[in-house]
Amino acid sequence: MTIKHHPQEATLLAYATGNLPEAFNLIIAAHVSLCDDCRAVVESCDAVGGSLLENAADVAMCAESLERTMAALDTPQAPRPPRTPGILPAPLHPYVGGDLDAVKWRPVGMGVKQAILPTSSEASARLLRIPAGVAIPDHSHEGNELTLVLQGAFADEGDHFARGDLEVADGEVTHTPVAAPGADCICLAVTDAPLTFKGWLPRVVQRFVGI
Amino acid sequence: MLAQVTPLETQTPAAAVIGRSAQGLYGVEMAGKMGVANEKLGFDAGQQTDWVQMMVLVRDHQDRSAFAALFNHFAPRIKGFLIKSGADAAMAEECAQDVLTTLWNKAGQFDPTRASVATWIFTIARNRRIDMLRRQRRPEPEELTWGPEPEPDQADVIALQQDSENLSAALAKLPDAQRDLIEKAYFGDLSQSEIARITGLPLGTIKSRIRLALDRLRHAMQ
Repeated sequence: MTIKHHPQEATLLAYATGNLPEAFNLIIAAHVSLCDDCRAVVESCDAVGGSLLENAADVAMCAESLERTMAALDTPQAPRPPRTPGILPAPLHPYVGGDLDAVKWRPVGMGVKQAILPTSSEASARLLRIPAGVAIPDHSHEGNELTLVLQGAFADEGDHFARGDLEVADGEVTHTPVAAPGADCICLAVTDAPLTFKGWLPRVVQRFVGI
Repeated sequence: MLAQVTPLETQTPAAAVIGRSAQGLYGVEMAGKMGVANEKLGFDAGQQTDWVQMMVLVRDHQDRSAFAALFNHFAPRIKGFLIKSGADAAMAEECAQDVLTTLWNKAGQFDPTRASVATWIFTIARNRRIDMLRRQRRPEPEELTWGPEPEPDQADVIALQQDSENLSAALAKLPDAQRDLIEKAYFGDLSQSEIARITGLPLGTIKSRIRLALDRLRHAMQ
C-alpha cells in the first residue's frame, strides 16, 4: 500500500507532544496505524521528549514511594494476541465498539451515512460512508478538517485519495471530494469547527442543514 | 552487552544493581539525589547504566532490583517533568508511580530498536498526563502485531541508543530561543498553531533509523 497524502509534520509533532484535541489525536493515531513514514516521524518526535525527560531536573519522590509501588506490582500482562486486520484501525475500535460492522450509521441524505464518535468537545470526529459518485457533504467549512480514507477512495481537484491517505483542508479552501467508483468510500473526518447541527435538533432539520 | 562498556558490566547487570542497592546508593533515601550518586560512581554522560538491559531483566525475569533501579532513576525525572508541565506535586508523584507500574506491566512492548528507555517512558508519562489532566484518553497507534522481536539484533539496539544520545547533543546545541520553544511544546504550553513555528528539529538521523527498524519488522513478518 502506497500512501501519498500525509498530515503536516507540525501536526505529527503536536500529536507527539500531546497538544492535540482528542478527535485529532484519534485521526493521527489511525493514520499512523497505516503509515510507517508518519510512524517514524512521530516516534522520532517522541525521542525528543525522551531526551527532555532524561535531562529534566529531578524532584525527589516521597519516602516509601518505591516500596508502595513495588508492593502493588502484579504479574505483568501477557502480550495481546495479534489482531486480525479489519477495516478500522485499532485506535477507532473503542470509539465504535468494534470494527466496521459495529458502527451505528445514521442517514444524512444522498445515500450518505455518518456516525459521530464520542470525543471531547474541542473538536469532533465522525465516520462517513459515501456511495460511489456522491460528493462528501459540506466541505466548505470553517476551521481545520482532516479526512482519512479507510475504504474505497475519493477524488478531489485531480488528486486521488485511497486507504491511508489523509487530506488536509483549512477554512480557506472550498473543495468537493467525490467518492470514486467501487465500494462505498468510508472516511474518518475530524474538524475543530463546530458541527452545524447539534444533537437536540429534530432529525428533519438535520437533514436540511446537512452535516 | 548492549551499550557502552562500563566497569560494572563485568558483573551481570542484576548483580551490579543488587550490589549498588546493598551500598544504599539506590535506596529510597537517595531518590532525587541520583545525579549526585551517578557522579560519584562516574555514571555521567558516556558511562550510563544500561537501561535497556534493566528493561530486559524486568521483561524476562520480573527482576525487582532492575525495577528499583529504573524507578530510582526515572521516577524523580518524571515527577520533575510533570511539575514543569503544570501538575501539582501530589499529582506528579501519583503519575510517576503509575508510569513505573505501567513500565512493569508492559515491559514486553518496549522495542529497543525503535526507542530508548527514556523515550518509551516519556510516551507513557505523556499519555498518563493527558488521562489525568484532561480526563480523556489518548488514542495510540495500532501496535505492530509482530513486534517487538524478543531478541533484536544488538547492533540495531546500540545504533538506536547512540542516535538517541546524538539527538540529545544536537538539541543541546540549538539556539536558546529555539530550544525554549521546543521545551514549551513538550511541557504542554504550546497550541497546535504555535507548534507549527518549530522548525529545524534535528530528527533526520533517528527518523531514518526508526523507519529502517519498521521496515525490518514488516519484512520479518512476511
